[in-house]
Amino acid sequence: MVEAVTETARTTSLVLDAADWPGHLAGQHVDVRLTAADGYQAQRSYSIASAPEDEHLMITVQRLDDGEVSPYLTALRPGDEFELRGPIGGYFVWQEALGGPLLLVAGGAGVVPLRAMLRHHRSIASDVPMRLLYSARTRSDLIYREELTENETTITLTDEQPQGWTGRTGRIDSDFLAGTAWPPSERPLVYVCGPTGFVEAVADALVTLGHDSSRIRTERFGPT
Amino acid sequence: MTPPVSRGFRGRRTEESDSGRVPPGQYLTPDFPVLSAGPTPRTPLEAWSFELRGEVDETRSWTWDQFTTLPSERITVDIHCVTKWSKLDTAWRGVSLDTLLDGVGTSAQHVLAFCDGGYTTNLPFEDVRGGKAWIAYEFEDRPLDPEHGGPARLLVPRHYFWKSAKWVRGIELRQDDEPGFWENYGYHNYGDPWKEQRYAGD
Repeated sequence: MVEAVTETARTTSLVLDAADWPGHLAGQHVDVRLTAADGYQAQRSYSIASAPEDEHLMITVQRLDDGEVSPYLTALRPGDEFELRGPIGGYFVWQEALGGPLLLVAGGAGVVPLRAMLRHHRSIASDVPMRLLYSARTRSDLIYREELTENETTITLTDEQPQGWTGRTGRIDSDFLAGTAWPPSERPLVYVCGPTGFVEAVADALVTLGHDSSRIRTERFGPT
Repeated sequence: MTPPVSRGFRGRRTEESDSGRVPPGQYLTPDFPVLSAGPTPRTPLEAWSFELRGEVDETRSWTWDQFTTLPSERITVDIHCVTKWSKLDTAWRGVSLDTLLDGVGTSAQHVLAFCDGGYTTNLPFEDVRGGKAWIAYEFEDRPLDPEHGGPARLLVPRHYFWKSAKWVRGIELRQDDEPGFWENYGYHNYGDPWKEQRYAGD
């Protein structure tokens, strides 16, 4: 590990120097494997937060207080090593050849693989129209806040309306999507990532609005 | 090769995780996590059918009413997801593939399960016979939730759980092996949790 970056009170990004890394596609994940001195092993999957073009591989880890792996990873220091396998997954990925318009819908820490897509889209200066809808509980739960620009991102807070907040509040529901997403006739390619309840609600709302199921790709992220 | 020790990592073991029922690299969860590649399909029961097709003497098809009056079994099994969680003693009700295949003339060597939403998964024919596979429609004595694959899903607990295809609508019997959805995206073709066959090449 090269560096640990505190993103929020509960999330930390690990900037990695991965030996023999073969490269990845935006949206893929890695498996992390930890081995105790007696040989006991634990494995977990983490989404890749960095674009393929970024200098370092980066994952963002949400610390679960009763977790087995995340408290260990979020306490690592520069120079520490751990075992990594990947990249893994070939469906929840975006490449320019897939086209768009590209609609990214994130709930909480589900923004991690979508950030990789957003950075990839920027790195290659893609002409594909792109928009990120990002729902978080509170302003202090927002990850990568300073990277997200208003012309491509719509943020909504579900659990607070802080003083001076000029952005949106409330859940990403059918009305929200109808007002912020491309209409079904534009056939946007949609990537939804977040906790199960969020993903189910957003995917159902999109289908109800008339979006084609085959244009909606989902991934769950979180304490499972 | 001996894996490198993660300095200071002790891990958390439980009696159950040492019981010999948890495959390598898995951890136990009391939850029932949901994973799927797209939106949850909502097929009304009156439009639902289950089909055996392909390398068979004749295609067989059941409506929901016909299917749920077939002899069913209550099965209690441990399930293992490739995303590392395992869950012990899950109880299901469903129809054994042996029941569906009874009297079917076929020379198939492989099967491909197909589902609402376009999902598919492949298995050797011998792995869906002899009490190894069911079409399950109840979980813990209740109708199977749509997000967990309802109205019915394939249940093949000897394999990683992506093989237990949600929203299953039929089985195609085949001479040749046709890789399914995840099997085409780098996941293992067979998926034995005890051999830790997660990804192609394992």
